[in-house]
Amino acid sequence: MNNSKSLIILLVLVIALVGSTVAQAKTQIDFWFSLSGQLGETVEQLVKSFNESQDEFEVVAFFRGAYAESMTAAIAAYRAGNAPHILQVYEVGTQTMLLSGAVYPVYQLMEDQNINIDWNDYIPAVLAYYSHEGNLYSLPFNSSSPVFFYNKDIFAAAGLDPEKPPTTWQEVEEYSRKIIESGAARYGFTTGWPSWVLIENMHTWHGLPFASKGNGFEGLDAELLINGEFGVKHVSALAKWQEEGIFHYGGRGDSANWIFLNEECAMMPHSSGLIGSMKQSGLNWAAAPLPHWGDPYPKVNTIIGGATLWVLNGHESEEYKGVAEFLKFVAQPEQQAWWHKQTGYVPISLPAAEMLTAEGHFEAQPFQKVAINELNNAPPTRDTMGIRLGNFVEIRNVVEEELENIFAGKKSVKAGLDDAVKRSNELLREFAEIYQ
Amino acid sequence: MSQVVFKNKWLPYLLILPQIAVTIVFFFWPAFTSLRLAVYRTSPFGDRTVFVGLQNFQRLFQSVYYQKSLLTTLIFSACVTIFGVLISLGVALLLNQSIRGLAVFRTAILWPYGIALPIAGIIWMFMLHPSFGIVPYLLKDVINYDFDWILKGDAAMLLVIVTAIWTNLGYNVAFYLAGLQSIPRSLVEASLVDGATSLKAIRHITLPLLSPTTFFLLVMNLIYSLFDTFGLIDAVTKGGPGGATEILIYKAYRDGILSLNLGSSAAQSVVLMVIATLLTVFQFKFIERKVSY
Repeated sequence: MNNSKSLIILLVLVIALVGSTVAQAKTQIDFWFSLSGQLGETVEQLVKSFNESQDEFEVVAFFRGAYAESMTAAIAAYRAGNAPHILQVYEVGTQTMLLSGAVYPVYQLMEDQNINIDWNDYIPAVLAYYSHEGNLYSLPFNSSSPVFFYNKDIFAAAGLDPEKPPTTWQEVEEYSRKIIESGAARYGFTTGWPSWVLIENMHTWHGLPFASKGNGFEGLDAELLINGEFGVKHVSALAKWQEEGIFHYGGRGDSANWIFLNEECAMMPHSSGLIGSMKQSGLNWAAAPLPHWGDPYPKVNTIIGGATLWVLNGHESEEYKGVAEFLKFVAQPEQQAWWHKQTGYVPISLPAAEMLTAEGHFEAQPFQKVAINELNNAPPTRDTMGIRLGNFVEIRNVVEEELENIFAGKKSVKAGLDDAVKRSNELLREFAEIYQ
Repeated sequence: MSQVVFKNKWLPYLLILPQIAVTIVFFFWPAFTSLRLAVYRTSPFGDRTVFVGLQNFQRLFQSVYYQKSLLTTLIFSACVTIFGVLISLGVALLLNQSIRGLAVFRTAILWPYGIALPIAGIIWMFMLHPSFGIVPYLLKDVINYDFDWILKGDAAMLLVIVTAIWTNLGYNVAFYLAGLQSIPRSLVEASLVDGATSLKAIRHITLPLLSPTTFFLLVMNLIYSLFDTFGLIDAVTKGGPGGATEILIYKAYRDGILSLNLGSSAAQSVVLMVIATLLTVFQFKFIERKVSY
């Protein structure tokens, strides 16, 4: 390359650089998120519409891997002094974040920036999950609850009424037998997020605690309670069904989706956050409330999963102004309604829910109402408001590991659940030791 | 040969400085940090640290789950190393004959080594996935066997062992081929003239002459199976089901990165560091003695 040519290239580069710094005069807000696929695209659209709505701040959204990885990356960044402004953290990380000393509580941020949000307009069950001593610490972003997806075509092929999903576990068993015997599908049902759906939510749905001390809300010395009479009864049924093919375990997180999408099974309890993808699946599906065991257990409420937006310490006041503006934007009824429609996550603002009702949205898409109804089914008790445990990520892993041992026939139901409780309690004690 | 001597006393030190710096920053510094972290219990954000001495190690060795992970690692590494080296030897012997299309076969065998291990894992996962893989589908139809590695620990173990061996096959075969080609043909031919069968020639001439290569490969495969297979486990089984494929390195990652239990994870890293050091020392000692011909 001759000299004049390289000079021209250099000039172009310099101009480009100068140009981009001019364009960057807006205050930049870093936002690390963990949703991928269709959900990730929706996050980017949301951020884009915020950036276009004003010209003072520029929110830059980075996908930082799955929840666990992005949280670890953010911790490393925080310790190195360059944390993102906003971090999306899953519900199981709540206790860790609360006690970290690294967060700027959302209620405090809003007060400092003189932004008034009437928190009474938000679903109490969701706010309670992320509040500490009555104050909201992180902004609920994607809140879901498990719903019971089923395949209408398979129901019809098995001679079942596609408009009548099972409401009890006894019916799930009965329907599954019909489905398998008629050859409509190979298995009855599978599940997403095994611990969250089949253990955590099944306990609150039946009015029972997952852990002592109000599921951990009342102290760090909580212990797991899933090896009680109900836990053993419920998991015994699942283990028996696994052997018969009525239930087919498909792995953790989202990995069982294939079984449902390939029409190998007819039913799948899973996060309502899957609704957006379900719409694109091409299946003839519907969503119903989770099955229940009936008497003697009351039907109470499900709990939320998903993630919230945490604001991290260590940034300039001017930047926090932008953070507050962005959070305010996300919490607006219009954005909540849009977000809900795109994804199936629960609209946490009551005005948003009213807006959607007025639009006739829930009549047209009744499956979008299921999770909301489940969360509000009955007034939450001390045992069903939510779960807040230290080391919860690992506790969930341990519960799922022991479930796998049970379903694979390596351990008896009682032994597996006892081990899950014993190991989890050790994890809880280890966590408490640090914060004593 | 005359020895070259630097005129400036400091120049040689200056020349190796970059290498030393890299070693300090990327090896000694992290190793030291691990050692330090291993004697503390730390909150995830590092705002609280409690000195606990050797308690992290004590808990580790008392934990039945760490012992289980040790056993899993032993089985996994033994299978990957022994079968990996044996299969490679067989393949190399086959590829060392003069057959038509030799270059094609050799290339095909060396190929998988160019694939990153997590990608290889995903390829095998696609073939063997219980829901959409072709192999379990055929197994189910033909011999009515349910190859469900998502729930069955043994099947999952088999899957990761096969993938780990397949990916490293090219590396092993390349070394064996080089070893085979350095054996003078005259030796083998002389034994055949003396009436030995080709199996006997392999047994008494080829194998002993290959023993330095075999020894080197055993150590390299052991290190590979202990440390490099992390990406495979993470991409395919994530240590599951029921912890059946949770090898030591994956457990250190799970406890440290996923569960943010930094003290225990650091203690596990120290254990792994000791294992790696022992293996290296072992290898150097034996390589220096040149094994036996």
